[in-house]
Order: sequence, then structure tokens, then C-alpha cells
Amino acid sequence: MKKYILNRLGLSVVTMFIVATIVFFLTHILPGNVARRYLGKSATEDDLVRFNTKFGLDQPLFTQFYRWLRDLLTGDLGTSMAFNKPASELLLPAIGYSSRLALMSFLIIVPLSIAGGIVAAMYRGKLVDRILTVGGLSAAVIPEFVWAVTLILVFGVTLEVLPVTAFPTRGDPTIFSQIEHLILPSTALLLVLFGYIARITRASVIEALESDYMRTAVLKGLSRRRAVVTHVLRNALLPSIAVIASQVPYLVGGLVAVEIVFNYPGFGTILRDAVGGRDYAVLQSGVMLTSLVIVLFQLAADILFAVLNPRIRSRISE
Amino acid sequence: MNTSSSSVKSKSNAERKAIRAERLQLLRRNKAFLVGAFILSFWLLIAVFGSMLAPYPYDAMDFMAVSKKPSGTYWFGTNKLGQDVFSRVLAGTQLIVWMSFLATALGTIVGGTLGLAAGYFKGWFDIVLMRLLEAISAIPVLIVALLAIAALDGQSSGITVGVIGFVFAPNIARTVRAAVLSEAELEYVAAARLRAERTPHILFKEILPNVLPPIIVEFTVRLGYAIFAIATLSFLGAGVEAGSPNWGSQISENWAYIFSNIWWPTLFPAVAIASLAVSVNLISDGLLEVFEV
Amino acid sequence: MSTAPSLELRDLQVQYTVRGIKKDVLRGISFSIAPGEAYGLVGESGCGKSTAAFAAMRYLPRNGSISGGQILFEGNDMTTMSADAVSNLRKSAISMVYQNPIAALNPTVRIGNQVAEVFELLGESESDALKHATEALTRVQIADVDSVMRRYPHQLSGGMAQRVVIAMALATNPRLLVMDEPTTGLDATVEAEVLDLVRDLRRETGTAVLFISHNLGVIRHMCDRVGVLYAGSLVEQGTTKEIFNNPSHPYTVGLLRCIPRGGLHKNTDRLDTILGTPPALGAKFDGCVFVDRCALVDDRCRTSMPEAVHVEPQHIARCFNHEKAQSMPRAIDDVQVTVSALANRPTTGTRLLNIDHLSKAFTQEGRTVRVVNDVSLSVGVGETLGLVGESGAGKTTIAKLILGLTGSDSGSNVVLDGKTLAATLSKRDVSDVGAMQIVFQNPDQALNRRHSVTRIVSRAVQKLRGLNSNESDDRAHELLSGMRVEASLHSARPSQLSGGLKQRVAISRAFAGSPQLVVCDEPTSALDVSVQATILNLLVDLQKQDGTSFIFISHDLGVVRYISDKIAVLYLGRVVEFGDSNQVFGGPHHPYTEALLSSVPNIDGSVRKRIPLAGTVPSPSNPPSGCVLNPRCPRMAGSGVEGLCTTVEPDLKEVEPGHFMRCHIPFDQLRITQQK
Repeated sequence: MKKYILNRLGLSVVTMFIVATIVFFLTHILPGNVARRYLGKSATEDDLVRFNTKFGLDQPLFTQFYRWLRDLLTGDLGTSMAFNKPASELLLPAIGYSSRLALMSFLIIVPLSIAGGIVAAMYRGKLVDRILTVGGLSAAVIPEFVWAVTLILVFGVTLEVLPVTAFPTRGDPTIFSQIEHLILPSTALLLVLFGYIARITRASVIEALESDYMRTAVLKGLSRRRAVVTHVLRNALLPSIAVIASQVPYLVGGLVAVEIVFNYPGFGTILRDAVGGRDYAVLQSGVMLTSLVIVLFQLAADILFAVLNPRIRSRISE
Repeated sequence: MNTSSSSVKSKSNAERKAIRAERLQLLRRNKAFLVGAFILSFWLLIAVFGSMLAPYPYDAMDFMAVSKKPSGTYWFGTNKLGQDVFSRVLAGTQLIVWMSFLATALGTIVGGTLGLAAGYFKGWFDIVLMRLLEAISAIPVLIVALLAIAALDGQSSGITVGVIGFVFAPNIARTVRAAVLSEAELEYVAAARLRAERTPHILFKEILPNVLPPIIVEFTVRLGYAIFAIATLSFLGAGVEAGSPNWGSQISENWAYIFSNIWWPTLFPAVAIASLAVSVNLISDGLLEVFEV
Repeated sequence: MSTAPSLELRDLQVQYTVRGIKKDVLRGISFSIAPGEAYGLVGESGCGKSTAAFAAMRYLPRNGSISGGQILFEGNDMTTMSADAVSNLRKSAISMVYQNPIAALNPTVRIGNQVAEVFELLGESESDALKHATEALTRVQIADVDSVMRRYPHQLSGGMAQRVVIAMALATNPRLLVMDEPTTGLDATVEAEVLDLVRDLRRETGTAVLFISHNLGVIRHMCDRVGVLYAGSLVEQGTTKEIFNNPSHPYTVGLLRCIPRGGLHKNTDRLDTILGTPPALGAKFDGCVFVDRCALVDDRCRTSMPEAVHVEPQHIARCFNHEKAQSMPRAIDDVQVTVSALANRPTTGTRLLNIDHLSKAFTQEGRTVRVVNDVSLSVGVGETLGLVGESGAGKTTIAKLILGLTGSDSGSNVVLDGKTLAATLSKRDVSDVGAMQIVFQNPDQALNRRHSVTRIVSRAVQKLRGLNSNESDDRAHELLSGMRVEASLHSARPSQLSGGLKQRVAISRAFAGSPQLVVCDEPTSALDVSVQATILNLLVDLQKQDGTSFIFISHDLGVVRYISDKIAVLYLGRVVEFGDSNQVFGGPHHPYTEALLSSVPNIDGSVRKRIPLAGTVPSPSNPPSGCVLNPRCPRMAGSGVEGLCTTVEPDLKEVEPGHFMRCHIPFDQLRITQQK
């Protein structure tokens, strides 16, 4: 088992290195132009040279890559060109806020989607199933920002039942008001992620329902309900772990649009501003942190899956 | 001799037609698919003929008619610049339809070829490719696109198409690879090798036709995501030429006014995006059922 | 004790709904099983025997429904019982064992807990249930019960898993046990063990058994009475002895005739066949269900369904002409094929293929697995070499190595017609590739489902004979028609053909380049017995006309014996015995061959004492030292050469002219011990 975890960890490190390479060389694909793009057409040659020296842009590309990588590993996220202060000061609080929203959404999305998938599987072919699968997947292809403005229009403006910002503006927010403010943004994310998780869960529950071992359980004399609980769910929900991990990138991507619509000071907002202001250091570090979170989630999911699945567990413990 | 073989050939065409007819029959009975196909055809017609139907030029401003409610004159109302929302929705269709189609086609061709090769050759080629693809999918699609667009300094729809196609390729490659891996185990591939067929023939003439159904389904699924991504990017002000009449920008320019109860410049493009995306999804759902992949 | 039968089906009708259309699967079948009796249901695929088995548990697939009749368990009609009442019966009174035991066990629950669940359902505490589970597993002769209890299903062999399922089924001493193909898919020696176990347990418990099998030999050994199902209809029923000695329905007669029995050989006997193919699921009949394939058919048969007639008090047959059934004319199909317009004849003597020191090792999760180990064989011109052995013996790998589909390890030598061949296909000449072809077990996978029949064969002709596409199409049509694939089917896709026809297409393709050698890898295993005979006849005809050599792989010893001139017996990637068919089957045998032969249930009813192999097949990644058979060998103990067996691997040596064996025990000593 230890060997397996180390092996997975090694692969994650390789993945992160490739991500870093992609991120770095993508931003430097037009070499030498960073300063010009940042400072604009009116900048003088002197301005450009000074800018390049200050941010190390006069060094050879591989030296820059090496230094950037080394800095990242020591926790130095670079300097924001736009604000002229460490990128970490901008990114870390923003990521804190984003995690709060993401966590809350996740806690709603995962149980609801899995329950939806199980219900759809149990009533497959019936109306409930059609509504959950066709409806769920249709909702999933509508972008978060469309859901977000629609939700605001319906619940914030027309019905006036829920706050239209994700962040309490006045006074000292209580936990309750914080949660209340996160309901609409989480719903927008839920609508996009529900369909896919529910569909995969449905498929694996159906597979388990039609398995020979389910038949064995029923022929042993178990009632259908008990057979489903003791024999189907455990086998069917194992693959959901991987599916949920695979949805984390989509959740993070969705945050960007949702945070902007709900005026939430998360990392999505920072990222959008960094793109607009060509603030490369913030952009690069932001993407690296995002990928790190995603890779860690996938690593955790892989290990959890292996721990819970006796077939893999016995293979790797040998 | 020749007549008999040509009659056999024409029969095999008839055979193919019969299989196709059966599939069409199944699709015709699938209500969700029909609704999807209907809506998509509607938008395709708008994309082609929309500019002829528009009552006003999409960028014509009328400061005498600012933020007018929907009415007989302005079917979808006007925005804060006095532009006709209906004409702008019509004008925005073409861009998103073309961009999403091209981006998906690019991703499918690149990803499909890579997946086919990875699944068949296995070995180091497969390992390297899969590592690379895993790394790319560890960055959210939207964020890769934002990063690339910022780096390429590209407020251009062409660059966006390229970036989305590139980002989609891994997902498609993975689907195709999985299908090819199980297909290459089948013995008809061994049989082809046993008559000295070249690898390209085996890949494209023997295996490809059998993995086409999952590729087609994957194409429609990705098409939905392409619409999703392009709309979101244009909402964020990236990826399309500034000032072009696209749905995402229309929403980002106008949604703040919903708090003043001016909902129409936001709602109509929102409905347009939603219906286009949903129609594609309904189609892929129908195909999934018919192909049973 | 009531006198009611344990199980009685009365005019049971079951339908499946397929794409909205109701199809008859069971057309009113009636039989009863007395307490303690073993009743066998036999028939080909799609005849409804599994449906009948599951109906006895009142368990039907989602699209299945009972459209008439009754299922009586000890006189109580299960079709009208509540779901709870049926569950209660399943908990204690009736239970079931079926094919594919590993899939029948929950992959994420330990064996012990799965067995204990049966007792927990009866209200026992967890600790009592686990204790009883241990006892139940001990009863099915599992040696290391405590360790098995802690394992997961994937850690068991197929035979062990089936023991667990049987333990579970018999745990509560049920009054009826339903067994649906319980040994199909298991190796011959394992099958024999499981069948022996079931017979012993039945003697102990007196449980009534409904036994379903496609294998007539197994049915003959296991059952007191037999019912023959065809197209959802019970066409004949009687005591086992009556059915096998005095069959009275043309279908039963045909079925018994078309099986290659011991003693038949291709050189002297042609196999009988049953014309045509089994009807599609739910086909409609005005008269008798067997009308399309029957040699005795007359006008009555076409218009009305015959009633069940009593041949003997205990023996009924649904046939108007039952008294003529046994004198029914033999159905022999003649095949006239001209395969080789361009003959590709061997040029050097009578030896076609020589294999020397063929080896293959794979690396699996860091370990070296020697799948094929130093195999040397030869095949003569126009000769059939049968490869025999259980799963994991390396039969298919050897075939792939010879064909070059998999590259062999260095030191291996494949010489075809005097020419040493490269290890992999891509380095061989086109003519050498065309000279050796293969017919696979499963035509569904071997034929590209997107291509037409013509294209499949024509492409092979084109590539291997260098013809243009028009010529090759013509040649393909000739070939296919010669193999009795009608011209109207040449444009069809494989999925539109029956299993037998698909296999004919695959054979046509293999012969497209007039090969010198064709590997037949279980070519009839996926087919029904009535279709198997026609395929075997076709292969024999092709061989006689063209002098083609075969390497014939099969787990069915009857088939191998019928078609082979030479036999190689494989165990753990090694040839343990090689010789003329008569020598290998007639003995003296290698101890492994002896055990293998003794485990086959014969359909002629002769009972041979089973020579059991101890334990299970070792992993090829960690073979035993010395002779690889030594931990399991039935003849090592008392042979006087035990020391040698456990330390030195024996060579393949010639024990009599043309007869080779890998065994330390002297040949004459084997002869004496095996005669006892």
C-alpha cells in the first residue's frame, strides 16, 4: 500500500511539473513582449528595460523558468505587476473565500447528485428517471453565469427572497447570513454539476442491480430493499469517487463566472482581473495553485478508491 | 460474373441503407432527440439567414428609445444604448454556432487521431501521451483558455477556437483510446494482421468504423461544452473581438440592469444560450441511446 | 412428510417482451420432481432451460412475465404467492447455484460474511452465523476454511468459488436445489470434482435437484430423470436410462447421434448432423416446434402440435412418429468445396511444421510469468495435431506464437516447410503469413461487425493472393458458396447470421489464401452441438481435399479425439505428453493425461474411476520445483522416484516409438499401475 501511494504521489509530481511547463511557456510564447503588452504602446525603451530588469525578464527563458519553479517550490508566488506587491497577498485570501464557497457547494452537490442517480436507477425507464437524467444533463450544459443571472432575476429581484451577492456587505456577518448568501451561488454550481454525477451514479447502480451477485442476494431471500442497501450501493458508489474527483476542475472553472456575477472576492475575480490587466505573475501562480488543488483531490480519490476496493487493495498490498 | 458481383454490391448498399433506416426509426421515436433536432435546426437557420430577418442593424443605436420594454416595435425591447435586443440576438447566433462547431471539430480530429494511435500502439507513446493529457486536464478548461488568451493577447475568435479545440483534445483522446483498447483485443484485428494489412489500414478501415459511435456521441457532448465555454469566455470579456454581437457579451453588458428591473436585454440572450446548449445535449442523449455506447 | 412433488411445473408459459413485442420463451411445459429426485433439463442455447430454472425460483428478468400455468412448490402455487412468502421460501426451502460463480459473489464483501448472511436472514446472531458459515464451508470440502472466510471473491479460483456458492445454497438444508449449468466454464478436472461433491452432498441430504445443462454427459451422470427442451417446449421426458437408450423424439435421437463419441474418428466415421439451426427466440409455430429440422416431418407435423405420447409409463415424447424416431435416416451433409485453385503445397517431404524450444515469458506487475516453456512439436502434411490442456496451460499462446501474432522469446524456432520464420508477423513474407491461418473460437469477435461477409473474405483473398478487387470478390463468392453460405447472405453483416454461419464465414476467410496450416482455436465451443457436427465435417472435408494441416485446440476431449491424428497434452506451458491419438487416449498415459481423461463424464454411461488431482493449478509465475505436476500428481506417491520428481524437471523423452512423455516414472511402471 505504501508503495502504491508513493507511486501515485510520484505521478502527481510529474503531472504538476508538466502543468508548470505548460503554464510557464504558454505565458512566454511571445518572448520579450510581456513588458510591451503590460506597459502599452506609449512606454519608452527605457521603461521597458527597467521593467524587464525588475521582473527578471531580461534573463534567458530557461533561467527564468528555473527561477520561477524554484520560487514556487519555496512558496514565493511572485510579484503582482499591477499592484506591485507579492501575489500571495492577493491570492491567498481570495482562495480562502473561494474554498468556502466551493466547500459549501460540494457538500450540497455530492449527496444530492448521488441520491438523484440512485433514484433514477431504481425507477429506470419511468418518468422520474427521464426528468432526472434528461433534465439534469440539460441543466448541466447551460453555463453557470446564465444560471446565476437567471437565479438572481427570479429569487433576488422578482421574488426578493434571497440575497443577490455572495458576500454579506453590512456589519459583522453571522454564520447563518454567510450561508444564506451562499445559497444562490451554490445552486448555480449545483445545476451544472448535478447532471453528470447523477448520470454516472445511475449507470453504476444499474450495473450493480443487474449483476449476478444482486441476483444471488435476492435468491438468498433478501428483500429487494435490503439487497440494494447491503449489496448494490457499496459496489455502485465506489466508481462515484473517481467521478466526483473528475468534476473538481469543472467546479473550479465554474467558480470564476459565479464569483463575478455574485460579486464575491474569490480567486475567480482575481483571475479575471489578472487576465484583464495582463498580470502574469498572479495569473501563473493562480493557475498553479488551482491545478495543485485539483491534482491533490485526484490523488486523494485514487487512494480512497484503492482503500475501499478490495480487488485493488489486494493487488497493491502483495 | 461481373453482373453477379455488381448486384451483390448494390445489395450491400441496400443493406447499409436498411441499418441506417432502422437507426433513423429509433431516433424518430425518441422525443427528446426530436425536440433537440428541431431547436438546433432553428438556430442553424438563424445563423445563416438571421441577418436578413433582423428588423434593425444590430449595432444601430437609437437614443430616443433607450431601455424600452418588449413591444410590437421592439419585440425583445431595447438596451441602455437603444439597440434592438431581437436584432442583436439574431446577429449573435452565427458567431457562437461556427466557433463551437469548428472548435469541437478540431478537438475531435486531433484527439481522435491521438486516441486511436495511443490505444493501438500502447507502449511509451501511450504513456507519454496520457501523462500529458492528464496534466492538461488538471487545469480547468476555462482557466487554460483564459491563460492562453491572455498570453496570446488574443481577443480573436480564431485563437479561441484553437485553444478550445486544443483543450478538448485530451478528453476526446481518452474516450477514443478506451474504445480502441477494447476493440484492438478483438480477434478481427488479429485476422487483419494475419493477411498482412498495414497499420493505417487496420486503424482507419478496421478499427475506426467500430469506434465511430462513441466518437460521434463524444463530438456532440463536446459541442455542448464548446457552446458553454465560448459563451462563458465572451461573458468574461475574453475570446471574441470586442464589439462583436455575441450573446455572452450582451449579458455581461446588461445584467447589472436587472436590479433596475430591465431584464429583457439579459434574459433573451440567456434563453438563446440555454436553448442552443440544451438542443445539442438532447441530440447527444438521443444518439447515445441509439448507438448504445 | 407430504406426498406432493417438491417441484411441479404445470403448463408453464413465460414470455419476454423485446422492444415492445411479446415473445414466447416457454410454451406450456409440465414436469414434476419428487422429493429427493434429481431431474435434468437438457437443450441447446435459447431453448428456455435457464428460464425454467429461474422460474422455479419465481425469478424472471425485468422483461419476463408468466403468461399462464403454475409453479407448485410442495403443492403451493408460487405464481400467486406474495413477495414476502417467496422470500421466505428462498431463505430456507429452495436455493440455487448457477454458472459463473465468481460473478455470483459480491466482489466487495468477504466470503465469510456472504455465507453468514444466509444464517443471519434466519435470525441468527452474527457470531452464530459466522460459526455456521464455517461449518457450511467445511461441508463442501474446502481445506483452509478460515483463510477462505477472510478472502474476497476475486481471490478464489472458479472451482473454489463454486464450492462457496454451493455451500451457501445448501447451508439451510433446502428441500429443492436448482442448478443452472453449475460446471460450465470450469476446467474438466474441476468440473468432475464439483459434480462428485454435489453427488455426495445429495446422498447425504436427500435434497431434490433440478439440474440444467447443455452437456448430455453431465446430465447422464447426475440425474434420475431427464427432460429434453427444444424451442421452449418439452419434447421428451423419461428416466435417464430410457432417454439415452431408447430416445423417441427425432430431436433427442439427432442430438445423441451428432456428438463425437469415444471411438469415432474422422478417417472412418462421418458425424451425423441435425439440419438447419435452432429457431430464433419466440418464433411462431403452427405445428411441431421441430418441424423445420426434422427428418420424419409430414403434413400433420406442420399444422398441429403433437400431444405428449406415452412411449413407456414413465417416458413421454411429443411426436406423431415417435416409434420411427430411432430408425430415422442418418442426416449427413456433404460439402463440395474447391478451395485451392492456386494450390500452395508444401515442397519438402512430409513434415510441414517444426517447432523447437518455443518459449514465451510475460512480465506482469514486476514478475516474470513463463506462459509457454520449451515446447517442441511437429505437424505433418495433411495431419491434425490436437492441443489439449486446461485453462492456463498455454494452448492459445502457443497458437499465437506460431502464427507470429505474439513474438516468441529468443531461442524459439518455428520452421514451416523447411523455412525458418521470423518471430513476429510484420517480419514475415506475405506468402508465409498466408500459409498459416486461424479460426477463432468466437466468430462475433473475429469478424468485423461493420464489414459485409463478402468484404471480409474478399479482402483476405485480395491481400493473400494479390488479386484485384473484382477477381477477389468473385473468388470470395465461390469460396463462401462452397462452404454453404448462400449467395443471398454474402452482402449481410455478421450480426445477421447464425453462429454456425458466422463460423463458416470465418473458415472461408482462413482458407482464402489456400493455407498449408490452419489453427482451429476452440472453433465449435461457442456453438450448439447440433451445429458443431456440421462445422467439424466441413473442416474434415477441407483437409481431405487439400491436404491442409490443422492444429486443433479444444477443451472437449471427444471432439479432439475425433478430429486429431496426433495429440499434445499441455500442463503449465509444457508439453507433458505427445504422440499418436491412439497412444495418448489408449495409454499408458502420463499421470496428468490420465487424470484429465478420467474426469470426463461420458455420454455412453460408462463409469470410469476418477483419478483426482490434488489441489489447484499453481501460478505460472511461481511453478513448483522439479516436475511441475509433482504437488498434484496422482501417481507420484509410491512410485519410488519421489525424490527425483520434487527436484529435477523431467525431459520430454520417447517412451515408445512416436510417443513422448515428460515423466520420471518408468513407462512400464505406469502401464502396470494404470491397469489396476
